[in-house]
Amino acid sequence: MTATLHTAPVTVPDTTDQRVVRRRLGPGHRIRFSFWFGPTLALAIWSIGSATGLIKPAILSAPWDVVVAFQDQWVNHDLLGNIVASLQRSLVGLTLGVVTGAVLAVISGLSRFGESLIDGPIQIKRSVPTLAIIPLFIAWFGIGEEMKVITIALISLVPIYIHTHNGLRGIDGKYAELAETIGINHGEFVRHVVLPGALPGFLLGMRFAVTSSLLGLVVVEHYNAVAGIGYMITLAEQYGQTDVIVVGLVIYGIFGYCADSAVRFTGRRVLAWRQTLEG
Amino acid sequence: MATDARGLTTEPAVRVRNLHRSFNSDGGVLNGLDLDIAPGEFVALIGRSGTGKSTLLRALAGLDRDVAGHGRIQVPESVSVVFQDSRLLPWKRVLDNVVFGLRGAGAADRGRKALAEVGLAGRERAWPYQLSGGEQQRASLARSLVREPQLLLADEPFGALDALTRIRMHALLRRLCETHRPAVLLVTHDVDEAIVLADRVILLDAGVVDTDVRVELTNRSRSDAGFAELRSLLLDRLGVAADA
Repeated sequence: MTATLHTAPVTVPDTTDQRVVRRRLGPGHRIRFSFWFGPTLALAIWSIGSATGLIKPAILSAPWDVVVAFQDQWVNHDLLGNIVASLQRSLVGLTLGVVTGAVLAVISGLSRFGESLIDGPIQIKRSVPTLAIIPLFIAWFGIGEEMKVITIALISLVPIYIHTHNGLRGIDGKYAELAETIGINHGEFVRHVVLPGALPGFLLGMRFAVTSSLLGLVVVEHYNAVAGIGYMITLAEQYGQTDVIVVGLVIYGIFGYCADSAVRFTGRRVLAWRQTLEG
Repeated sequence: MATDARGLTTEPAVRVRNLHRSFNSDGGVLNGLDLDIAPGEFVALIGRSGTGKSTLLRALAGLDRDVAGHGRIQVPESVSVVFQDSRLLPWKRVLDNVVFGLRGAGAADRGRKALAEVGLAGRERAWPYQLSGGEQQRASLARSLVREPQLLLADEPFGALDALTRIRMHALLRRLCETHRPAVLLVTHDVDEAIVLADRVILLDAGVVDTDVRVELTNRSRSDAGFAELRSLLLDRLGVAADA
């Protein structure tokens, strides 16, 4: 044997990357700004349609006309005030609905007695369209702010209740068993096992609740409102201002879109313990 | 009654008398079982499937409220259970899982110490899904031991682990039990595991204690003659012919 046996031969580093790769079945890595692809495409189609005259202004105002109308509303008609009024309404209503829905879901999810009291009425309420109850609410609460907030709360309560309850009941029973052997009290069980376990369901409910609250907002703002996006749209309807109506619709869309993104972003943050296709 | 080092009679940590449990009217799973476990004693419970091993363990853990039966059970104040699956809460980081439900100041420090004891120092902030099966089970051991239980109930805790990890876990459990001295009831289907770990092996059959042997081996290696003898005795009682 020669001494050259142990000296490393001088070669070009081999960077060949030959591997077996399985076809990916999941959605794969997250794409940056992917969220905006769809909306941007829709905007592009709208612009092209308006520019080429395929979309007539009487059917749908062109994007640039909407921008002009937006400016006009902002400067001359207190658009910001309307936005704030609408946001406030839907936020108060949504908060009320979310808290009530979540509390009811936990009570009904953890106690058979609570379930027998709460679950039935909510399922019945679910099959009665909230919008059909508005006339009754007007009789009870008048046509003021109270009726509006309660309607929004009630409409956003249902999805929160359904999904939180479902998430809670889906928690693996073995965790409850573990909690029993560890000897914690009911409050700790709710805080450390029930709430985190039901959180994925709650967040899904939240996504529905946010859009529901906007739906409620649109409807209630047609009743005797003196401010708000719905009020603006109602006025525009009377004067035949399509561009202003579109401004209102775009703002509703932005509300919903931002709220949904916020919920999804929160979800990714607080559900870091999960290993799912969401990525 | 067991006697302690000074020859004094001590209260057993666990006392079970005339324990009956049944899941249906056809027949009982436990049929008048009697059992004493001394403080600090390591008992392995073996038996064929369906002989009531887990039923007994769950009765001692107080997890059988819906099972019909009667009898008397006396267990210490502080009991910890290690399950076959680690049962780490997936939404809590490893350290938070270990100290879950612990009260008082210094809980986190005790948790960190327990994690170090099972060889998981540095993994405090990991999520359970980031641990391997063996690591998860070690974390669940830490969660049990940090509570300084007087009785540790373990239901096939190594059943889902691979052979190499099991061997390491045996050594770890043995060492931890020597340090903390809880009374242990380990349910296992593995005769070798029972002999390697326990001071006493109990074989259940038809819901009563069939065989109750003390493991008095100086050397717990499988090559030891006493080991082989005990092993073939137990396998024989289990109705399995030990190959010569």
